[in-house]
Amino acid sequence: MSFPWAKHYAPKHPLTRFLDEKLPLPRLVYNAVGAGYPVPRNLNYMYNFGVLAGFCLLLQIVTGVILAMHYAPNSLVAFGSTEHIMRDVNWGWMLRYGHANGASFFFVVVYLHIFRGFFYGSYKAPREMIWLLGVVIFLLMMATAFMGYVLPWGQMSYWGAKVITGLFSAIPLVGEPLQVWLLGGYAPDNAALNRFFSLHFLLPFVIAGVVILHIWALHIPGSTNPTGVEVKSESDTVPFHPYYTAKDGFGLGVFLICYCAFVFFLPNYLGHPDNYIEANALSTPAHIVPEWYFWPFYAILRAFTADIFFIPAKLMGVLAMFSAILVWFFLPWLDNSPVRSGHYRPLFRKFFWFGLIPTMAVLFYCGGAAAEEPYVMLSQVATAYYFLHFLVVLPIVSRIEKPKPLPFSITEAVLGSDNKAVLSENAKSAV
Amino acid sequence: MATSTGTPQGNAVAPEAGENGVRRRDFINIAAVSAAGVGGVATLIPLVSQMAPSKDVLAESTTELDISSIEPGQAIKAVFRKQPVFVRNLTQKEIDEANAVPLSILRDPQTLAERTKEGHHNLLVTMGVCTHLGCVPLGAAEGENKGEYGGYFCPCHGSSYDTAARIRKGPAPSNLVVPDYQFTTDTTILIG
Ligand code: HEM
Ligand code: FES
Repeated sequence: MSFPWAKHYAPKHPLTRFLDEKLPLPRLVYNAVGAGYPVPRNLNYMYNFGVLAGFCLLLQIVTGVILAMHYAPNSLVAFGSTEHIMRDVNWGWMLRYGHANGASFFFVVVYLHIFRGFFYGSYKAPREMIWLLGVVIFLLMMATAFMGYVLPWGQMSYWGAKVITGLFSAIPLVGEPLQVWLLGGYAPDNAALNRFFSLHFLLPFVIAGVVILHIWALHIPGSTNPTGVEVKSESDTVPFHPYYTAKDGFGLGVFLICYCAFVFFLPNYLGHPDNYIEANALSTPAHIVPEWYFWPFYAILRAFTADIFFIPAKLMGVLAMFSAILVWFFLPWLDNSPVRSGHYRPLFRKFFWFGLIPTMAVLFYCGGAAAEEPYVMLSQVATAYYFLHFLVVLPIVSRIEKPKPLPFSITEAVLGSDNKAVLSENAKSAV
Repeated sequence: MATSTGTPQGNAVAPEAGENGVRRRDFINIAAVSAAGVGGVATLIPLVSQMAPSKDVLAESTTELDISSIEPGQAIKAVFRKQPVFVRNLTQKEIDEANAVPLSILRDPQTLAERTKEGHHNLLVTMGVCTHLGCVPLGAAEGENKGEYGGYFCPCHGSSYDTAARIRKGPAPSNLVVPDYQFTTDTTILIG
């Protein structure tokens, strides 16, 4: 695992020595997030979002388990029990707002974490498995958040459940029976609400399991860094504790300020007023949209308005929406430039800042807008570029681009010189 | 070693091997693993089928409606299997409009006659569930947007249906579904 110069855990207190012999948990912590884990010395703030994502998961589990003590997953009383949490349960309003906004902040953090990976080439060898597990976590988060949003049993909950399970009905032949099976009925009702609650409770713990695998896989090669040059010697690293525990602590403080601003001052800003109306199977709200974190993918779904060859528009939309995430699984092999970091890839960098980022912004915007022009046309253009970026631009750019010269080492990038670089230059000229 | 059968050749073919090299232990292995496999797969059946609609959900499956009070040009919303049903009494103009459409331009070609009952071609009974992703289209209640084709309009992703509730524009793949129903008297229908 770690680098040869990693500090060794040497317990002194009899209790820690006892523990180390029977169950070496303190050793695990020391080697994972303590002084025993050497990390590149030049990580910037984009590298804070992993720890923050872990914090968000913990936050959701703590607030969620408490909400579950007061919430009743039955379609007759679910809406009322959510209002009961808001009005009657001591601090219930804070826990619910904390959980609802916690989900949004979890997604903010995870999106930034993913885009950090896109820019710095974190998905490249030898870190493919870390990336793949990350995409799995993202998919599980989407499923969890979708099912959580159904629980308050408001109008948006209900119609969200109907439209999203309706996606499955696009699948030829088995689609409609599959939708009925998923819902346990012909439309969302008590059966659906109950199973969504059960799964919403379960999935975060599955996510926690995959997070453990994600970090385990990370600790084999260690983190990337903004230069993309791998660690060469001890001077390239600092111990995680105290250097990054401090930096992550600072990041956590900033995060909590933003989070609390929403929970206490704008608790409904990211929500939809229609969800304070109880579910009604006979009337659809005039403007149904999913939660903001699904907007880019929702825009892709709605971009397909006409049949393409023999594939119906509805099926195309669904396929495109799922493919938009599935394509991330292939990223390590689509972009095969040997240079990791976007800093040293002039062409890649242009396509990142002027292609992918504006495209995502347009998709975000259009996914939240009504299904009318010009948003439909804009989503179509953005959807086309989105897929071109991953399937055509990245493979071609990684072949034709001439990268900028890389620094010899992280130390050289940070300090301007590295003794070992000088030594190896001397060695070369001596030959 | 103290085993009596341990010659090098004896190890290649086990001592109790039958004529074609099959040992009793191989048979027991295969039998045990197969039995466990069949049992394992069999337990999946209840685990999967518990998700399907339960008996009480299936039992709510018919709805009886009195249609005598629906004036031409009006529609009512009813509930069938906890989903909305639209029952619409078409005006002569709406019927003519529907019949004037050539089938070849329809995404899901069907005539109005095929979508209604003999002798009651003015009475259009459909599910009020958009065939795209399941929203309730507008157009059944007084004053709601009926869309470009004068039937129903789904605000979710913009599907328009004509006066025979056939899909004309937007992402929905097919016409509003006509549920199974029959006339029990001249003025009542039984859906389901
Ligand atoms: C990955 C972590 C999680 C995410 C992203 C998430 C997301 C959500 C969302 C978006 C809602 C709807 C909030 C609203 O509008 O009211 C919700 C509700 C709920 N969640 Fe979670 N959740 C997570 C973890 C958990 C856990 C671990 C539990 C319990 C063990 C839980 C229990 C609940 C309950 C009882 C509700 C309904 C009450 C309410 O609506 O506030 N959640 N969740
Ligand atoms: S659900 Fe009606 S258009 Fe999408």
